[in-house]
Amino acid sequence: MNQAWILLFLPLAVAAASLLLPRRTALVPWLATASAAATLVLSLHLVGSTGTASFDWASVGGLHLRVGILLDRLSTGMMVVVTGVGVLVHVFSLAYMRDDAAKARYFTCLQLFMFSMTGIVLASDFIMTFIFWELVGLSSYLLIGHWFEKTSAADAAKKAFLCNRVGDFGFLTGILLLWSITGTLAFSSMDVPTSVSASLVTASLLCIFCGAIGKSAQLPLHVWLPDAMEGPTPVSALIHAATMVAAGVYMLFRLQLSLGAEVFGGLAGDVIAWTGGLTALAAALMAVQQDDIKRVLAYSTLSQLGYMVMAVGLAAGEAGMFHLFTHAWFKALLFLGAGAVIHACHHEQDIWKLGGLMRRMPVTGATFLAGCAALIAVPFTSGFFSKELILDAARGHQPVLFWIAVAVAVLTPFYMTRLVIVAFFGGSRSDAASHAREVGPLMAVPLLVLAVPALIAGNRIAHGFAPAVPERAGEFHLNSLFWISVAALVAGSGAAILLYRGKSRDPLSIPLLRERFYIDRFYDRFIVRHLQDSAAAIVHFLDEWIINGLLVDGCSRAAASFGGLLRRMQSGHLQGHAFAFGLGVLLVIYFTVFF
Amino acid sequence: MLTLLILFPLFALVAILAGAPARPTAAAAASANLLLAVAAAVTWHHPAWEFSLQVLETPAIHLAFGFPDGMSVVMVLLTALVTLPAVLTGTAPAGRGSLWYGSTLLISAGAMGAFAATDLFFFYAFHELALIPTFIMIGLLGRGNRSEAAWKITIYLGLGSIVLLAGLVWLAMLAGTLDMTRMADAAGHIDAGSQTSIAALLILGFGTLVSLFPFHSWAAPAYASAPAPVAMLHAGVLKKFGLYGLLRVAMPMVPEGMQAWLTPLLVLLLGNILWCGWVTISHKRLDGMLGSSSVMHMGYLFLAIAVLAAHPANDLARPAAVLLMFAHGVSIALLFALADRIERTAGTLDLDDLGGLATPAPVLALLFGIGAMASIGLPGLANFAGEILVFLSAFRNFDPASGIGPLQITCILAIWGVVISAVYMLRALRRIFHGPTFGATARVADLTLAERIPALLLVAALLAVGLYPNLILNLLR
Repeated sequence: MNQAWILLFLPLAVAAASLLLPRRTALVPWLATASAAATLVLSLHLVGSTGTASFDWASVGGLHLRVGILLDRLSTGMMVVVTGVGVLVHVFSLAYMRDDAAKARYFTCLQLFMFSMTGIVLASDFIMTFIFWELVGLSSYLLIGHWFEKTSAADAAKKAFLCNRVGDFGFLTGILLLWSITGTLAFSSMDVPTSVSASLVTASLLCIFCGAIGKSAQLPLHVWLPDAMEGPTPVSALIHAATMVAAGVYMLFRLQLSLGAEVFGGLAGDVIAWTGGLTALAAALMAVQQDDIKRVLAYSTLSQLGYMVMAVGLAAGEAGMFHLFTHAWFKALLFLGAGAVIHACHHEQDIWKLGGLMRRMPVTGATFLAGCAALIAVPFTSGFFSKELILDAARGHQPVLFWIAVAVAVLTPFYMTRLVIVAFFGGSRSDAASHAREVGPLMAVPLLVLAVPALIAGNRIAHGFAPAVPERAGEFHLNSLFWISVAALVAGSGAAILLYRGKSRDPLSIPLLRERFYIDRFYDRFIVRHLQDSAAAIVHFLDEWIINGLLVDGCSRAAASFGGLLRRMQSGHLQGHAFAFGLGVLLVIYFTVFF
Repeated sequence: MLTLLILFPLFALVAILAGAPARPTAAAAASANLLLAVAAAVTWHHPAWEFSLQVLETPAIHLAFGFPDGMSVVMVLLTALVTLPAVLTGTAPAGRGSLWYGSTLLISAGAMGAFAATDLFFFYAFHELALIPTFIMIGLLGRGNRSEAAWKITIYLGLGSIVLLAGLVWLAMLAGTLDMTRMADAAGHIDAGSQTSIAALLILGFGTLVSLFPFHSWAAPAYASAPAPVAMLHAGVLKKFGLYGLLRVAMPMVPEGMQAWLTPLLVLLLGNILWCGWVTISHKRLDGMLGSSSVMHMGYLFLAIAVLAAHPANDLARPAAVLLMFAHGVSIALLFALADRIERTAGTLDLDDLGGLATPAPVLALLFGIGAMASIGLPGLANFAGEILVFLSAFRNFDPASGIGPLQITCILAIWGVVISAVYMLRALRRIFHGPTFGATARVADLTLAERIPALLLVAALLAVGLYPNLILNLLR
């Protein structure tokens, strides 16, 4: 248990020390990386252990809010993911951020993130989840806004925080409702009594789900995640692909374990599953028309998160968690690969200005292909096994959702093949791309290491580290589902090869998808500008003129004439008035009480 | 012993008037008070802290101080904690040193006395004593439209005080004593009709002092015009007098009366959180925005009071309110202090004219960011602990079998406030500190070592209580 406490607080201690260190730019990156490596060792050591420990954080009356650690397969497995990807991202960042003036701040924030994420994973108590939930939001805000001088980065950071806050409004409400229903906040002793109406339970679950909608960027709060790509690319790999955005899925599955999967039946489960399914589809469609290498990956993350959420809604949380596990490795790999490309091509992110990188950057190219293979579910890669289980769960419960999931399985290989062909094959379409050189070992090694789990994390040998493993994970059958998956893969990739081979401009132009269904624009123009800003201005106007103007100034004019009287009697200055006023009040008290 | 907390600032005031160097004297008194307040927080059970002197036979008025419970300790600690930074922040205009620092000390002494008094007369009188220098400072040394702001706050708080006085006098006559502990014991005999009327007067009176909607419009202009120490001390400390009074006087003495006004109270507190929250969003200047935000945040405290009115036996609402008062006091004082610093170096607080300050002034940005995050209820900083406990208290007596009641609906609507405050605070951070610098903003100097001390003191308090709220909650057990 002591190791678990160290695992939780070491990154916080390092972050705090980093703020106080002299000569921090030289020391902090290495200190943070060492801390990340230490947490990985601790996490591997904790795999398979169980137990709980907690202390009183806030005790009031009969209520004790506790901060504690819950060790079980789910939390220890998730810690392997968080620290495993974490340490590689730290190493990669050593090279990626070498010339950044504010790299001490960057690594401090990374450690703050590691602390917050560890807190969510190990939390034994719902309030603790919420506390760390908000803290990952903060570290995400700080890291997206790392280059805050850039208007777009500063705006993206703010947008991410606000979208999460909207979700957290529901999350907190849901926690309060669930607390009154179950009478406890501890995951280990949560139980829904039969006397409580089903609609109240559903309401509380849906409110809690709002939190997951925000953090895991599901429709309709998905808009912040693509913008979050303004942050440094290693951050996108760690926070906005592998770990933080998966926290919503993790939290829902934790709840499913505590309350029992049957509670997620009925309306709550349906809403969750459909939200996930629709997000998966909409995001995959939007990815098809993106030109920024990171944005394609961001929409793909949205889409894969949709798969996971859908699985939880279908009461197949194990399948969702298993996909979370495999996705973390291959998506981190893809993002770091994109980072290597961006680094080598002088921050060129438009895939149409890249091209021909496979020859110039063979390590990056090959590992990117490995990650891509896992994402598009090439048979026997990690993504193949986990996606099959989700499709399987959908087929059993909701045929429509199953076909939506299959459509996503066609679109995924389509946009990924498009990305690979355009960026890595053909001729170079810009100076930056034609002068690209392979990255150094600090960046290449994390890519090579990540390629291993990206390929094999779905197989049985890796199951010991997975946070949850469905019954039939890693099995392989030549059944109809297999053939549907292969057909989807061939259709998607084939269409992309036919369409994009040798092209130097996008032959497809679908404004609806390019403009992301106009959702961002609608939010910006309607919700922010009209609903919020104009309404706030109107309220302010009413406040000024009705409440202040009529009600209050009426009274104050009456009082002012009284004051004027006093003024004539006194010195005529505010000072005199105030003293007279004070004295008067004291006299009034004195006489009222006295007589 | 407790008298020293009031006497130190008063002695310093006399010394300053007699010609002692104003700033060092004031700082020494405030530092001594802070040490004393910390000592009080550790040893407040000891009878040595109490003091009583009969100043009048009929009616029996005692100059009496003491710690009837932990709530007074926390408020005294808050007063001392905000006073030192208030003294250290900003500089007096040339030649007005004695007025500037003297007034600051007088406000502090008045607040200290009000929170420590155990006699109703001095409870009220000390607050009035603190208001006078507040008005004077705004009127004479304030910024912008200072005379209008000074008039407005004087009239508002004056009227509020008179309504309050009527309620207190009525209450004292029915209870037959001015000793607040004995008043609470005698309160059981007060009939329901009088309770209702007294509660109305107290809610109106105390409420106006705390900027309860719709009696809030004095706050934003007053804080925008007030010199920094006054804004810090009034928004951070003195304003809490009204809430303290509702908890200390109204709740124990007229519980049935408070219960009768539950529904209007729920509506008004939503006015604070939602209506004033939206007003805050549309503020274009940082000072007005901060003033308006502090009006909004009072809504959470009224929510705790409403919970107590509905369920006097609720075990969460009272400690939650006290913790939140402490947290809000510290955080708003920090924000006002740093806003003043921004205005002195950048020359403006207009959000449109600022930008990119985090580049030339990273420490300023970090500390202001901590204050802003505290104010929007980020965990790890004190305000979150207070807010979450207030929300939990609203659901404490909720029976899931009976369906959701008005208290829970109000609470859920109030939680929307966490989104609203994030909207305006993040917008302020974005406009002031992020983005490219332009013009004068590129030349803003970062905080000097001496300037960091007061801010760090407040940040340390926010962090300590935020990371381990039991520090304060243990005093309220």
